[in-house]
Amino acid sequence: MSKDIKIKKGLNIKLKGEAEKTLSSAPRSRTFAIRPSDFHLITPKMVVREGGKVQAGDTIFYSKSNERLKFVSPVSGTLTKIERGAKRVITEILIEADPQDAFKDFGALSPDSSSAEAIKSRLLESGCWPFIMQRPYAVIADTEQEPKDIFISAYSTAPLANDVDFSLKGKEKELQAAVTALSKLTKGQVHVGVGKSGSSPFKGLKDISLHNVSGPHPAGNVGTQINKLSPVNKNEIVWTIAPQDLVIIGELLLTGKFNPDRIIALSGSEVNTPKYYRTRIGSEAATFLYDSGLKGENVRVISGDVLTGKKISPKGHLGYYSNTVTVIPEGDDYELFGWNKPVFNKISTSRALTFSWLTPNKKYDLDTNTNGEHRAFVVTGNYEEVFPLDMFPMQMLKACMVKDLDQMEALGMYEVAPEDFSLTEFVCVSKQPHQQIIRNGLDLMIKEIG
Amino acid sequence: MGLKQNLHTLKEKYKGTKMAPAFNALHTFLYTPNETTHSGAHVRAADDLKRTMNTVIMALVPCLIFGIFNAGYQHYAAIDNTLRLDPLGNFFTWDNFILGAWTVLPLVIVSYVVGLGVEFIFAIIKKHEVEEGYLVTGMLVPLIVPIDIPLWMLAVAVIFGVVIGKEVFGGTGMNILNPALTIRAFLFFAYPTWMSGDKVWVHGAQAMTGQPDAISGETILGTLAANNHPVYSLWDMFWGFIPGSVGETSTFLIIIGGLFLIFTKIGSWRIMLSAVIGALVMGLIFNGVVDQGWIQEGSKFYGLMSEPFWHHLIIGGLAFGIVYMATDPVTASQTNKGKWIYGFFIGFMSIMIRVFNPAYPEGVMLAILLMNVFAPTIDHYVVKGNINKRMKRAKHLKAKTA
Repeated sequence: MSKDIKIKKGLNIKLKGEAEKTLSSAPRSRTFAIRPSDFHLITPKMVVREGGKVQAGDTIFYSKSNERLKFVSPVSGTLTKIERGAKRVITEILIEADPQDAFKDFGALSPDSSSAEAIKSRLLESGCWPFIMQRPYAVIADTEQEPKDIFISAYSTAPLANDVDFSLKGKEKELQAAVTALSKLTKGQVHVGVGKSGSSPFKGLKDISLHNVSGPHPAGNVGTQINKLSPVNKNEIVWTIAPQDLVIIGELLLTGKFNPDRIIALSGSEVNTPKYYRTRIGSEAATFLYDSGLKGENVRVISGDVLTGKKISPKGHLGYYSNTVTVIPEGDDYELFGWNKPVFNKISTSRALTFSWLTPNKKYDLDTNTNGEHRAFVVTGNYEEVFPLDMFPMQMLKACMVKDLDQMEALGMYEVAPEDFSLTEFVCVSKQPHQQIIRNGLDLMIKEIG
Repeated sequence: MGLKQNLHTLKEKYKGTKMAPAFNALHTFLYTPNETTHSGAHVRAADDLKRTMNTVIMALVPCLIFGIFNAGYQHYAAIDNTLRLDPLGNFFTWDNFILGAWTVLPLVIVSYVVGLGVEFIFAIIKKHEVEEGYLVTGMLVPLIVPIDIPLWMLAVAVIFGVVIGKEVFGGTGMNILNPALTIRAFLFFAYPTWMSGDKVWVHGAQAMTGQPDAISGETILGTLAANNHPVYSLWDMFWGFIPGSVGETSTFLIIIGGLFLIFTKIGSWRIMLSAVIGALVMGLIFNGVVDQGWIQEGSKFYGLMSEPFWHHLIIGGLAFGIVYMATDPVTASQTNKGKWIYGFFIGFMSIMIRVFNPAYPEGVMLAILLMNVFAPTIDHYVVKGNINKRMKRAKHLKAKTA
């Protein structure tokens, strides 16, 4: 039941510093960090105390509201510090790595012959469950509910994104194990969206329904593909998983080891030699940043892509879900008559003395300046041009801002994640924080509706 | 570096004080701020609201310059009718410009000073940044008033329009009615003798009333409403060598401005196109009524009703209203489908009001204000369509699983 997905509305943001398709191994990181803020709405209940020894795969903490939902160490070593912020909220858990890795052995589990319950409990105990996200609400999947379908996007359209076809090369075995296991957890299908042209390792796998996706960003966002294939209705749940996380799940099932390797795309205009690195979840960003070298001092290091990533310090650690690290210049400077002079070096979807429409293939060196001040919503119709989902983005944002739960639900809030609003945020003339607005709206729904 | 650094130091000094919005408003006119993104998208597109508003102003400047010349031209041509024989040759003259600038620029200055003053005061009271909405309103207002309007009257209207039309709703982006048209409607209803009739459209006409050398200041719509034939040729009307509000006479320049707005994607082509269609449809209906003989010569509606339908686009303020005011994104429909409906009815109602309102034969102002009020309703039903589709999908699913 394959269905091609063709997106017309959207915008490809072409930036300088695309990662070259060569793979290097990053130097081994001395410390690893887990940030509970990566797991939205999860309150950690610590299992290991400061000074405790862990193996890769040992539980460090579990969710306060659900004991089965475990989070494990990506490395063997010593838990050296639990950083706490305001109200003693845990902000970061630091682990000093051993020179040699020791893995906790969960035992191999054949996905073909195992029951759904066995697979599920293996994913939970091994800390692989947090890789499974759910819609509605864009949070870690509820452990008690069966999803209608499972969606995987193996097509990258985000600016400077990790090319999944490259980073998954040779991982067919692990991917097959993971998708077979997942297909047992749903009565529906495992939908995989792959680039129309390109040699995706998913082509040729069984137990999935493969879809060819084409079009500009956000065609590669899983939310776009869900909306086009089988939109989420009220009281339905779908799961989404990033393709690299499938490899970790697959390897766990095949070998019994939790080996959270990541192949990240180090990209951005401030990187000397942008390329792919093999590293591990929670590694120090410095290990690969300084291996490749940075051009300037005043830079923004983003764990993730420029539209949805999180800001980290150059001395910080790779986020739990990130498969891209982008470094772009900070834009904390004034620009003389920036609001009325013709603009050639920035991207715009209008033609109001902005000339990026003349050079559709030019690559830009964008910085983090907002290019204007925060304002009320004024301009209409420009979000729709880059928003392929069948809903009204501005009305949705306004419903979230005034906390109108009925309207949010009616407009399709169950279908969206903050990342679906990253392009509307990019083009927003009023410089409104769309993703934050949607996140707050989703959180409110969780609180009020559940 | 010096100026930039000094301003930055000043900005830090004023931060958090009451004067910060006022200072920042001036500062950001020179420099786009040094604000950076924090979360979400780390890079942003080049456009901000200032650029958007500035684009509309650029589209208005030709109308303003033309209006300045036209103010002088109409005055001298009313005194010496022979000037009209060669409009092009007698239009761009130094005399016309001097007189026009002398009468038009004070309107522009009063509009901006008073309006921005009100905006600054509200920004300081409400502690938010000065929003850019008035930049366009302030330019529109002098272009849509009669040339001889007393400045105090304009000032009163601007204060009313900005406070009641915009600030009480929460400022730019929150208002229901187009502020420029609110200002004009206020003038129209508060000082009707000044805003209509046949004496206000040409500079000096009012002052010379009763004198032996009195001049007429009648617009074409006024002439038609009185069932007379206008003395101007169609080309005069198209190029704009006719009396009217300051900046709305030249259909040619308005079309250029409209195309510029469409090209820059700032103005909605959907609204402009559907409004033109709406006006043509209503004009055709009236022409049909006349052809059927239902309205005879001698009826007070005959003059405007029998005007060939497409003439409506080049006389009066219809074109100006459609291009610059119906497209105001805040007060128009916000959905693409809604924009078609909204625009169509603006054109449709404009011509209807034009024909049936003998007291003041220009309908575009009232039509736009009326549709401003209905725009949220139109959007409501357009959005409702999407909502119903989603509910149907869910219901269908329930039926399948049950």
